[in-house]
Amino acid sequence: MRGRAKPRAAAVVLLLAAVVAVLVLPGVAWADVLTPEDGPTPNAQKVDELYKIVFFIGIAVIGTVWVVLFYSLFRFRARRGRQAPQITGNTPLEIGWTAAATAIVAAITIVTYIYLDDITHPVPSGPEAVAEARDQYATINQPPPPGGKALDIQVSGQQFLWRYQYPNQAVSFHEMVVPRDTTVTLTLKANDVIHSWWIPALGGKLDAVPGYTNKTWFKVSKTGTYEGQCAELCGSGHYAMTAKVTVVEPDQYQAWVENQKKEIQEARTLVQKQRKTIEAELSQ
Amino acid sequence: MTTVAPAAKPGTSSEIIVGGLPERRSTWIDWVTTTDHKRIGILYLFTTAFFFLVGGVEALLMRIQLGSPDNTFLDPTTYNQLFTLHGTTMIFMVIVPIAAGFGNFLVPLMIGARDMAFPRLNMLSWWLLVCGGVVLYGSIFWDVAQAGWTSYAPLSSADFLPGSGIDAWIIALHLIGISSVLGAINFVTTIHNMRAPGMSLGRMPLFVWTILVYSYLIIIALSSFAATLAMLLVDRQFSGTFFDQNQGGDPLLWQHLFWFMGHPEVYIMVLPAFGIVSEVIPVFARKPIFGYKAMATSVAAIAFLSVMVWAHHMFATPLPTGVLGFFMITSFAVAVPTGIKIFNWLGTLWRGNIEFRVPLLFAVGLVAQFALGGMTGVMLAVFPIDWQLTDTYFIVAHMHHVLFGGTAFGIMAGLYYWFPKMSGRMLSEGLGKLSFWLMVIGFNATFLPQYSAGLSGMPRRISEYHSGHLTEYNVISTIGSFILAAGVLVTVYNVFMTLRKGRPAGPDPWRANTLEWFTPSPPPEHNFDVIPTVRSLEPMKDIRRDVQEREAALAAGANGNGGGPKITEPPGKQPDPL
Repeated sequence: MRGRAKPRAAAVVLLLAAVVAVLVLPGVAWADVLTPEDGPTPNAQKVDELYKIVFFIGIAVIGTVWVVLFYSLFRFRARRGRQAPQITGNTPLEIGWTAAATAIVAAITIVTYIYLDDITHPVPSGPEAVAEARDQYATINQPPPPGGKALDIQVSGQQFLWRYQYPNQAVSFHEMVVPRDTTVTLTLKANDVIHSWWIPALGGKLDAVPGYTNKTWFKVSKTGTYEGQCAELCGSGHYAMTAKVTVVEPDQYQAWVENQKKEIQEARTLVQKQRKTIEAELSQ
Repeated sequence: MTTVAPAAKPGTSSEIIVGGLPERRSTWIDWVTTTDHKRIGILYLFTTAFFFLVGGVEALLMRIQLGSPDNTFLDPTTYNQLFTLHGTTMIFMVIVPIAAGFGNFLVPLMIGARDMAFPRLNMLSWWLLVCGGVVLYGSIFWDVAQAGWTSYAPLSSADFLPGSGIDAWIIALHLIGISSVLGAINFVTTIHNMRAPGMSLGRMPLFVWTILVYSYLIIIALSSFAATLAMLLVDRQFSGTFFDQNQGGDPLLWQHLFWFMGHPEVYIMVLPAFGIVSEVIPVFARKPIFGYKAMATSVAAIAFLSVMVWAHHMFATPLPTGVLGFFMITSFAVAVPTGIKIFNWLGTLWRGNIEFRVPLLFAVGLVAQFALGGMTGVMLAVFPIDWQLTDTYFIVAHMHHVLFGGTAFGIMAGLYYWFPKMSGRMLSEGLGKLSFWLMVIGFNATFLPQYSAGLSGMPRRISEYHSGHLTEYNVISTIGSFILAAGVLVTVYNVFMTLRKGRPAGPDPWRANTLEWFTPSPPPEHNFDVIPTVRSLEPMKDIRRDVQEREAALAAGANGNGGGPKITEPPGKQPDPL
């Protein structure tokens, strides 16, 4: 058979590559190259754990397929005079791997439902939370219980800016400021087209769809800045529709809210003053 | 005693074959007005190859833009137009019609028919495809669609994109959709009614199976999509409110309707490539396909399940958790028949006598790479994981692993496998292998880093990113895309060089199993002088065995007349190149 050496060399190289890949992948995976952001909030951490479980099941399956494939290509390459046995099937084997494939996806389904509640249900705020958000047990599919205190921020997407409405009338754009150790629930809306809220370190993304309300949450235990951007094509400025969440100490948060309110009030007063001046000029 | 087709007996045949006429050189008018399924098939292949190169150039422009951070090579609007054109072109004008191209050329030959059921309808399908292409690319002189190939409402409404680009996109897809549906009706009619005597559904080649299922899916999905597009057109031009939440409509309705087409569309694109691989692997492993019935059944099962999984594209939208769970489980269910196909290909290779010719390399490339695309698909079906991964470069990498690593590699396998039949000449093995390795290296270098880019927070459809952790992934990806393009160009060069001075192929250069190899290469206009009776899944093996037996009988001095098999070898049989 001409060219016998080439397929053998290629097969050996590929087999080695497959083995190396299977050995190296776990190491790389933990370095966040092959896994989602392992953020500082419980829902992002749980998604990351679930991802790793499914990822390693997948690697095991695909590793088996690759090893069998490359072994077959190497071991059963054409040789002069050899006749391949004319096998047309093997019913027990076929039923076996159908059952195995079904069992694997069934197992992934079960694991997913085990993790689901931890991802969708907000945890209670910690002891150092801002006062207005303690004892908060709302799930994202339900309104907060009566008397429950929620730090609920209204997030509105519009071309090409995120707007945040805090309790007590404070408002900010692009940068959201939240207190540490406090469960924050987000109520998402869209003013024009569909946008998608995504801060990778703070959990999965959620679409803001006009006419709908969507809810998600996070709770960050350490201060810091987390960046993200709109993940649903929303027009020519889509690439620039970024968002930033700054987590600060609870007392800093209170001071920031007061400052925002003060600045908004000052701006309003200024506008009213200007309007009066203009009206006075017009009436003359 | 083997059975003999009545039509095969000399003297009783009602068919008159005229030979010995001087060949007239065909003009381009002959080509664009032909009703010969083989010529229409070749027209389809050249048309889709042209659009493939156009879509590829669009992809390279985008990769140049993303090759460095904060790049200003393309402005954001142009970038949005490019990925809209790239997606629309590759999906509707390359991958779907290229399967129709192979199907047109091969289905009548593989089932022993003389043409498609409706030859003129067949020509109309190709013309509608060309018209759709003209409308879409004509729009670059006015205004180009820029809402992505998914054109989500309300961004695609007249309020936000008032130009004519989206309207041109709608009309183009209408034309291409009608083309695909007419072609599909033609395939269904042909396959159900025009098979050679003895070819039951259980003896039909797997490629024909996939084209049959592909056609049914097209009729279901693209008919519904025609209605969806009409609704968007009504919204844009006639003050409709289907997708306007302010007037009782619903933007999510577009997504449901779009993905009801969009997900079956994925299998419309993938199944014919599976069919090609299922033809190529048994021939080069010199073994029958492993588990034929399971292979045919799993094609039908994938198609059936594929119309029940659409909302897994919408996991981040406001849907109840129960709905998310339902669509996760149906999506997992698709993985089972897909897994069966992969295992059966491995079963076919196992204990084979594998010849490393170019078609086999590409077919095996599909198996290896589609396995990874399928695995990341299962990961995406887990909806809490999908909340992190959807609409990022992870999705981009996944779908290219399925559609390029899967479908495009399958198409390349089909091209190298059937080109000798289409042209009568063998493509160069050396250039083919060079093309294969460039494509494998380039493809993986392009798309593997994109998984990591997506996991690190890079959304899809952004024209710009800032320097930082995303830079390395994108630089590798851009370099890979040019290696991939080089691999494609080597095959383009190979095709043109072979058309001019390739080695003659003969009717059956691969010692293959199916009926298309029974005729000369390229086949005459009437396909077969005599249509053989089919006695098994691999009719060419039977025919070769009959010929051997007859030759042995002749050599033994016995007179071969008196009711022996009358199936004749096609004229001009070449010695086996192996």
